[in-house]
Amino acid sequence: MREYNKLIFEISKKGRCGYSLPEFEVENSIINLEIPKNLLKTKDIKLPEVSENGVVRHYTRLSNKNFGLDTGFYPLGSCTMKYNPKINEVIARNSKMVNLHPYQPEESVQGALEMMYEVETDLAEVAGMDQVSLQPAAGSHGEMTGLMLIKAYHEKNGDFKRKNIILPDSAHGTNPSSAQIVGYNVIEIKSTPEGDVDVEALKEHLNDELAGFMLTNPSTLGIFESNIKEISTLIHDAGGLLYYDGANMNAIMGKARPGDMGFDVMHYNLHKTFSTPHGGGGPGCGAIGFKNKLAPFQPVPVIEKTNNKYHLNYDKPDSIGKVRSFYGNYGVILRAYTYILTMGGSGLQTASETAVLNANYMMAKLKEHYPIAVDRVCKHEFVLTEPEHEKITTLDIAKRLLDFGYHPPTIYFPLIVKGAMMIEPTETESKETMDEFIDAMITIKKEMKEDPEVVLSAPRNTLIKRIDEGKAARDIIVTHSW
Amino acid sequence: MYRYIPATEDDRKEMLGVIGINNVDELFNDIPKDLKQSQPLNIGAPMSEIELKKRIEELGNKNSSDLICFRGAGAYDHYIPAAVDHLISRSEFYTAYTPYQPEISQGTLQCIFEYQTMIANLTGMFASNASMYDGATSAAEGAMVAATVTKRKEIVVSKSVNPETRKVLKTYCKFRDIEVVEVELDEGVTSIKDLKDKISDKTAGVIVQSPNFFGIIEDLDEIRENITDKKTKYIVYTDLVAMGMLKTPGESGADIVVGDAQSFSSGLAYGGPYLGFMAITKELIRKMPGRIVGESVDQDGKRSYVLTLQAREQHIRRYKATSNICSNHALNALAATICMGLLGKVGLEKMAEQCYKKSNYTLSKILETGRYKLKFNRPFFKEFVIEGEESPEIINEKLLKNGILGGYPLEKEYPELKNTSLVCTTEKRSKLEIDSFAKRMGEI
Repeated sequence: MREYNKLIFEISKKGRCGYSLPEFEVENSIINLEIPKNLLKTKDIKLPEVSENGVVRHYTRLSNKNFGLDTGFYPLGSCTMKYNPKINEVIARNSKMVNLHPYQPEESVQGALEMMYEVETDLAEVAGMDQVSLQPAAGSHGEMTGLMLIKAYHEKNGDFKRKNIILPDSAHGTNPSSAQIVGYNVIEIKSTPEGDVDVEALKEHLNDELAGFMLTNPSTLGIFESNIKEISTLIHDAGGLLYYDGANMNAIMGKARPGDMGFDVMHYNLHKTFSTPHGGGGPGCGAIGFKNKLAPFQPVPVIEKTNNKYHLNYDKPDSIGKVRSFYGNYGVILRAYTYILTMGGSGLQTASETAVLNANYMMAKLKEHYPIAVDRVCKHEFVLTEPEHEKITTLDIAKRLLDFGYHPPTIYFPLIVKGAMMIEPTETESKETMDEFIDAMITIKKEMKEDPEVVLSAPRNTLIKRIDEGKAARDIIVTHSW
Repeated sequence: MYRYIPATEDDRKEMLGVIGINNVDELFNDIPKDLKQSQPLNIGAPMSEIELKKRIEELGNKNSSDLICFRGAGAYDHYIPAAVDHLISRSEFYTAYTPYQPEISQGTLQCIFEYQTMIANLTGMFASNASMYDGATSAAEGAMVAATVTKRKEIVVSKSVNPETRKVLKTYCKFRDIEVVEVELDEGVTSIKDLKDKISDKTAGVIVQSPNFFGIIEDLDEIRENITDKKTKYIVYTDLVAMGMLKTPGESGADIVVGDAQSFSSGLAYGGPYLGFMAITKELIRKMPGRIVGESVDQDGKRSYVLTLQAREQHIRRYKATSNICSNHALNALAATICMGLLGKVGLEKMAEQCYKKSNYTLSKILETGRYKLKFNRPFFKEFVIEGEESPEIINEKLLKNGILGGYPLEKEYPELKNTSLVCTTEKRSKLEIDSFAKRMGEI
């Protein structure tokens, strides 16, 4: 196909329009409230003028410049890019379920509330939590909300001294920034060489200033934190609470539950674990789960069921308040609901088992060729490190993978591994796909030795070559003028 | 067999062999024994698509959907052109991740760049980010920007700002020890007198909404003139549809413009996902939360797009980041971009004009019944407040029986506004629908 390199503004031509409305005949005399001139627009609106077919062709062409899950393998560690079932999309467009105004009276949205109530119940079951709130709009928004519950809890107990949140240095970047924006001091502790939390280092910070400890388990190294029970006891004995980052929930459904491990509050990433599409960056949904002792502080409204009727309860005097408008990313929740029903309890467990099997299989095969960050059984993801080479870096390997038709793994994260490549196949990839990817990785390893230039100059068969990212940050062009 | 999992029994055996174990469960031996789940998950059996569709029908029948909607209050029933859903349903868009590998994500990146351009143009600002969760969180994040750059701890917000937005703002501020000061109303708009009283050298930012929660167009210039302290940031919450008629907040001197672009093809969706937007001056760009796409060139000099200014973001700056925002609402932003592309200059003008004219027409028909009066005698855009003798709940109950979603009762949020309703008419309503709505309102 011929290359296409135009912006919608560049196909604009005065007088075109891709939109139409029925004519509305109203005599001017009816309008008695004229808008004063000084409030009216003075300049022409600057939007492109394009016909409908022009718009359709433009965005169809742009879609061809995108790699999505339906295009190919996306082994993006910690991001869980599993297949997005098509039935989810069909259900999410069911007009009886979605053509609802958020301020409709409760009796007219009983089906919507019942659906959300069921999702809450099922999520609580998967994670061993007492209650769930679906309000946060994204994982990091869930972190913020969960940490607000922790803060509200301590303050309700008159415990204003607790100003510290501890987290391991392997944590997702959102953890420390979420802690910071709800007004906490962040203390990062080093991980052990085996990838566990350094319990001795943790002990140094256990005092009456501790508000909570945040942990991803399995961790971003793909490892199940084996000392979790000891950690939980230590934190709770010091008066702190335990926060669970649910980014890696896909590894443990039906096998272990954060609630049983001692975690008090957590977020889920519905878009990761429950197969809702990532949409090129969102919307996601970051539901939170918590134990009963934190329930009074949850955001309002709370969906409640009495006499088989569902209603929204805003009357929660200790609630942190509202964290977003209305009730959460309903459309995303509906997709997650579809997925949960499709898989059932046994399917969710099989998903986790298969995700872990796939990851260990790939790790077993790849560790013969690439150095591995931590050589022990992994959960749903594992981390390779940069092979020794005078010139070639992890970034080059990632770019070379593009030539083979793969989305590269997450690179340079976790930060504690030199030149990290974090691979997460998920349960929805076939053995054949994984084998082909493994072959590509082995080929690149050979090229590094025999023909390093081919790796250094990658990607070569993508639509564009490597981008000058420095220029983008230096000469800031974030809008187009035409 | 689970239909999304390709592994066969033979595959499993082979993979276990490569790993050197006999059983998948051995891969979970690192979980302490007493933490291992012994009971199966108490979630039903897997459903086929046939069963699933039946379940959804069952739930759907418990909802009153597709009502003739005269309710707005922050969620608007605008028309979604057919091409929008068609294009955002292309799986290359919706099954993609954040464009961390720009060489294979130019589709998403260019769409966001176009989105940023359109948002900046419509608001009259220098730059926009790649979108946020919703209008309320955008406003709260805008307030955080103001507090950060001014190093001040007080936000002044007008009571004519959507109550839902003010609640979210209060939650965000509470946890950062930022005080929220509310400005009283004067006949449905921000009281200039009270605003003057409440602004001080402690004020980090002033938030106003126009068209405001009551649909009334605020005089943004006059408010700007009263923010005399140059450090104080002027944050305007706006409706992009109204930009088809009104002066941009940028022209009125806004520093940060926020709002919800749900009106541009996100649908009602029982409250989400919606589309928060934020546009900002050049001076503030490095303080803006969220993702930003920038234009650059590749090695061959070809124009290309990439996530930029990432040094502000959580994955690099960790606890020093400007905000904890990680994802945006890219798919909603794409829908809005396509919608704005279809509308273009002429379409947006038409859409805005019809919202304005049809809402005024709705008002005149309601007034004709003799049962209601207009609460605030000021020009409005697509929403207005009426006052009657009867409680709006009782009126709405009767309307609902006829498939109509009536106005939003204001008393709960504004106790002083007894027996008032906020009525919204979008371009979607026909003359027939409006006439019958007004007629029924008169009969109650």
